[in-house]
Amino acid sequence: MSRSVLQLREVSFHYEGERDEEKLSIFHTLNLSINNGEFISIVGPSGSGKSTLFRLITGLEQPAGGDILLNGEIRKDRLGSVGYMPQQDLLMPWRSILDNAALPLELKGIKKAMAHKQVMELLEEFGLKGSEYRYPSELSGGMKQRVSFMRTVLSGSNLMILDEPFSALDAITRMAMQEWLLEQWEKRKKTILFITHDVNEALFLSDRVFVFSEIPVRTLQEVKVPLERPRNLRDLNNPDVIKLKDHLIDQLRVKVKP
Amino acid sequence: MKQWREYRAAFILILIMLCAWELAARLAELPFIFPSPTGMLIRLWELREVLLFDHLPATLSTIMIGLAISIVLGAGLAVLMNVSSTVERAFYPILISSQTIPIIALAPIFVLWFGYSIWSKVVVTVLITFFPITVNTFDGLRSGNKALRELLLTMGANKREIFMKLSVPSALPYFFSGLKVAVTMSVIGAAIGEWLGAQAGLGYFSRRMMTQFDGAGVFAPIVLLSAVGIVLFLIVVWLEKRLLKWRSKE
Repeated sequence: MSRSVLQLREVSFHYEGERDEEKLSIFHTLNLSINNGEFISIVGPSGSGKSTLFRLITGLEQPAGGDILLNGEIRKDRLGSVGYMPQQDLLMPWRSILDNAALPLELKGIKKAMAHKQVMELLEEFGLKGSEYRYPSELSGGMKQRVSFMRTVLSGSNLMILDEPFSALDAITRMAMQEWLLEQWEKRKKTILFITHDVNEALFLSDRVFVFSEIPVRTLQEVKVPLERPRNLRDLNNPDVIKLKDHLIDQLRVKVKP
Repeated sequence: MKQWREYRAAFILILIMLCAWELAARLAELPFIFPSPTGMLIRLWELREVLLFDHLPATLSTIMIGLAISIVLGAGLAVLMNVSSTVERAFYPILISSQTIPIIALAPIFVLWFGYSIWSKVVVTVLITFFPITVNTFDGLRSGNKALRELLLTMGANKREIFMKLSVPSALPYFFSGLKVAVTMSVIGAAIGEWLGAQAGLGYFSRRMMTQFDGAGVFAPIVLLSAVGIVLFLIVVWLEKRLLKWRSKE
């Protein structure tokens, strides 16, 4: 179980500037290791390099120094190996729900009929049965995020990166989606790296929470969540968790200077 | 019923204008230069055979050949400009400046080059319709969402797959907007070409009637030309609705 799914070894990264002094360093010899089946959250204020980390892991960017390992292997070409669920649902408006969810299968060269069959089998679990021939514009925000998550699951990767997926949803839908996500994670035995700026959300969902410190990021502060699974939203009222939450909020507050 | 309400205002306005025209024409009594709408309709009926079976087919073939060439060349050039920025830099300024050339003034040259054959008319039609198709398709190909492009990359898509699954579907609505402009202009293009030198066609016929001081005869083929434009436009709208079903749900 403790096999490492994702490992960052002394990863450095900076955005190019016109001159050397304009280079914006984001990471400096950063180390990180995530084990198989873990649910990890990363909290940090906006502009703290969260999305850069995601771009590095998925392979959209390459590190200037250090190595990124997927399932124990150093990988330079990571595109197509990590499931990525973006902040906006990014469904294609011209594709039906069925075709949207089948997209990663199509890209793997799976025949359309076969891909549709696989999607159909999942529709019920994702609460989307009966909506397969509808278009994204006909769905609610929560439903669109479920389609987007289904698409990420169908990418077949054992590591999934979820980039603030619920930030655009209303509070009630959001809570329901968090509980639903936990159920899905427990069932599918995938590893999830979840990015959020909501401390409550991070504590409720994760095994471990990483806090992004100031730029450039050198180390990540790690917090273990002292809660058993399966969890209930009420567990957040646990005194230990409340203390932890205050601690995290203080941490983040230091970083944000209004 | 809903459609009637939508178009009622336009319909009534047209009716009022036609009535006013009819009245003015009857009072003026100059049918050779200022024919009345009913006079035109009567002339259209009298000339139906020669218009529908001799001249309409000639004009329609010019329009269709011209549009087909424009679509193939325009969409093709748009794709090339999308794929290669060198091609874009080379062609885009030429494309824009080509629109400042008064094509009507050039048309007599094409008659000299291609004679009274159909090709002098086709060239005018292509020159007029090429631009909206190319520019719209090119803009459409570029309109693909950047975040969606990156998402496709994380799914392991290659350049060709991104083009087929993102750029092309994003470009389709733009292409249809361009095509709608192009079909209406194609009628103008064909008519101009025929005016300047032809042996058949609605534009040619209209001009011939002018030399005979037959005012109603000048207008009759023009009514038909405009009907052709409207029908072509409606066909494109119908095609667009069928192919872009998702848009009507928004």
